[in-house]
Amino acid sequence: MPARLIGPAMKHAAGRRTESDARRSALMSAAQAGDRIAYETLLRDCMSFIVGLSRRQGVPPDRIDDVVQEVLLTVHRARAAYDPRRSFEAWLRIIVERRAIDVLRQVRRHAGREVHAPLVSDGYADQTVDLSAGIERNENIKRIGAAMAELPRRQREAVHYLMLGEKSLDEAVVLTGRSKGSLKVNLHRALKALRLKIDRGA
Amino acid sequence: MDGSRDRLIGALAADLQPVRPLLPPALRTLLWLILVAIVAAVLAMFADVSATWHRLSAVSDTWLAALGCIATMAAAALAAFELSLPDRSRAWALLPLPAAVLWVGASGLGCMGGVLLPGTHVAATGETLDCLLFIVGLSAPLAAAMMLMLRRGYSLAPPLTAAMAGLASAAAAATLLNLFHPFAVAAADLFVHGIAVLIVVVAVRAVGSRTLQNSFAVPVTVPPDGSN
Repeated sequence: MPARLIGPAMKHAAGRRTESDARRSALMSAAQAGDRIAYETLLRDCMSFIVGLSRRQGVPPDRIDDVVQEVLLTVHRARAAYDPRRSFEAWLRIIVERRAIDVLRQVRRHAGREVHAPLVSDGYADQTVDLSAGIERNENIKRIGAAMAELPRRQREAVHYLMLGEKSLDEAVVLTGRSKGSLKVNLHRALKALRLKIDRGA
Repeated sequence: MDGSRDRLIGALAADLQPVRPLLPPALRTLLWLILVAIVAAVLAMFADVSATWHRLSAVSDTWLAALGCIATMAAAALAAFELSLPDRSRAWALLPLPAAVLWVGASGLGCMGGVLLPGTHVAATGETLDCLLFIVGLSAPLAAAMMLMLRRGYSLAPPLTAAMAGLASAAAAATLLNLFHPFAVAAADLFVHGIAVLIVVVAVRAVGSRTLQNSFAVPVTVPPDGSN
């Protein structure tokens, strides 16, 4: 249906489907029917496509993973919205482009709030520097790592996402499939246990 | 391949459930319009249909306004269902614009022309308030039905999609109001209709966009690095 209001990439691909597109389309169709192997194959197969397109969209290398994650989650949740009669690559391309724009907006928002002013500090020696701080930090990391390894899995997950991964509570809920209450309780218990273990170690 | 990507793909594959591909947006629009037609048929049992027909056909502006209202309903519904797919352009939101211009324009011309049919009167304040309650009250179930249908899709623009659903529902309610509207459209009445439509669009946009966003939040368990 060429006259329909579809994204620019979809228009571009309309009418000519490559062999890889037909294969991916068949894999997606199988995934819609519940074929997990076809789905996993498709997602792995699309990885280079997503990464390459994100780079061309101007996404910084350190944010490519964010785009990949968003695109994979979108494909997963929108899989019923894919029409097997249409190009899969064109469908995926629009999702990647839109998710890349979302990430670029986030990058711009962050950049607007942060000021890079190296001359403010670079010309002066730091009088407060403690040469032993690096060694102490490494030891602390080791101690915390050892204490973390002893935590039960659910508590470790809570610390992993909410503290180390700096995810929001909502994001952690999506990633773990657990309730906010459960995550909060486990984080609280984990921090208490860690504090005890580290104090005991000191 | 990066470990975190591998884990995410594994988690998504493990979470996979069979899904039925969605029907084309035009067909889904038709299903919702059939629902509106059923509601109209039920309401028509309590209305004086011949009087409504006489009022609509006697004055061309009224007829045109009703036509614009119906076209706005259908176009906004189609726009909402198109926007519920992730690959559709946001330009779909412009689709109801010409019909809405016809609706507002013909209604405005009607009340400025001052043509009054015998047996009709200009609505009093209490009656215009009834119009507002009718539009808001009837829009709510129609919008709820559409949101249920839209939740099966995956919009990348939930507020816009919900606003289109609100406009379609409000236009449907305004169309059905013709069955119980024995007044000539005066400026105050038209203003109240406009306010009612605005209330519905804003409310459905606020509630609906959250509903559509929440429909995405299917939890996917990704094991943390090095978990046992």
